[in-house]
Amino acid sequence: MNTNTLPAALAEIVDDFQALTEPDRLQLLLDFSRGLPELPDRLKDHPELLEQVVECQSPLFLAIEAEKASDGAPAYRLFFKAPPEAPTTRGFAGVLHEGLDGLTAAEILAVPDDMPELLGLTRAITPLRMRGMTAMLGRIKRKVAAAHRLES
Amino acid sequence: MSYPVEQNEKFAEYANPERLVSTEWLAAALESGALADGKLVVVESNEDVLLYETGHIPGAVKIDWHTDLNDQVTRDYIYGEAFAALASAKGISRDTTVVIYGDKSNWWAAYALWVFTLFGHEDVRLLDGGRDKWIAEGRDVTTDVPEPAAGEYPVVERNDAPIRAFKDDVLAHFGNPLIDVRSPEEYTGQRTHMPNYPEEGALRGGHIPTAASIPWARAAAEDGTYRNRTELEALYLGEAGLQAGDDVVAYCRIGERSSHTWFALKFLLGFETVRNYDGSWTEWGNAVRVPIVKGAERGSVPALAGK
Repeated sequence: MNTNTLPAALAEIVDDFQALTEPDRLQLLLDFSRGLPELPDRLKDHPELLEQVVECQSPLFLAIEAEKASDGAPAYRLFFKAPPEAPTTRGFAGVLHEGLDGLTAAEILAVPDDMPELLGLTRAITPLRMRGMTAMLGRIKRKVAAAHRLES
Repeated sequence: MSYPVEQNEKFAEYANPERLVSTEWLAAALESGALADGKLVVVESNEDVLLYETGHIPGAVKIDWHTDLNDQVTRDYIYGEAFAALASAKGISRDTTVVIYGDKSNWWAAYALWVFTLFGHEDVRLLDGGRDKWIAEGRDVTTDVPEPAAGEYPVVERNDAPIRAFKDDVLAHFGNPLIDVRSPEEYTGQRTHMPNYPEEGALRGGHIPTAASIPWARAAAEDGTYRNRTELEALYLGEAGLQAGDDVVAYCRIGERSSHTWFALKFLLGFETVRNYDGSWTEWGNAVRVPIVKGAERGSVPALAGK
């Protein structure tokens, strides 16, 4: 697999990871975990609007919102919540947020399901832990696909 | 040789009080410069592979259960040579006192301690309450990664038999008590695996016949410390029905949560023979022609084919 089918921001993140040695990739994932944005207040006060991704070893909640665009397809906004004591989960969420937030349904749904493998973290993180990230991406795509069906 | 043992009322009730240290004790030991000469080494072992990097007890080294302790090819633990190299690199010598702590009420720390015990490391202790208690008490943490002077660790081969059970050992164990430490949903078979998570699951849901269900976290108090001896006795002697002198096998999904229970039975209640079945449900629930029981009843000793 190559990065040709990835949205530009996500392709750039993948390139950044691949350019690094394994220990530095972990450090970069840690940076993403620190950079994961806080939930906006309207979601903070409404935990019922977030859906738990139970496949992750640590609690991870996510929500998507379609932002109407005057011209063309709506942009999907992604929101994540994961506790600070789960930096690996937060790091994955940070990667997906930076790589997919604000894209159209078509762009998000085109991301290959095994995209997390491209980060080159499998050995350092272990396959078991990588599954959480694959599940997170799968959940985002399912939610976006469902919302997209309602829109159209 | 080893570092002095902590004396306190709670620990004194346990069978092996020398296996636990409190956060107060560790803070005082660090304060007095205990880490300087390699006699005491503090190890953090977590479920989350990046948690140590976000901040840890000053001077603590990291050991990851999966990347450091598991063999990367065979489903087994590392062997003597790899363990000696790992220990030395972390500043640990054979006579070092090792204190292990971690996240989630020391679930993974207990697993690391169990692996140290497979190699016969004599003085290895748990920090009661683990990482969460240390942080909740506002004690020092740092992101500085220590570079310890290499320890001197001989190549010692694992001695699995006393504390590790394999599938055949469990089949031969019927008639003796088993403790299943998974969630009630996993025990009854209501849940075989998490939704969309088939890789980690099992083909069958349920439990090993006759196993008592005591989810591991019931041995821990709110603050992540082990419950006191009276409470542990109510749980394992009362509810599970263990009797002094019993030969016990504990299991979970891959052997990590059951390490926490193994520690409680072995060192806090003093059962001589307690083995952790690390193949656990990911092996048993997939193995061909092994008996299982569904539902909340423990079930009876099965008549095994060919016996």
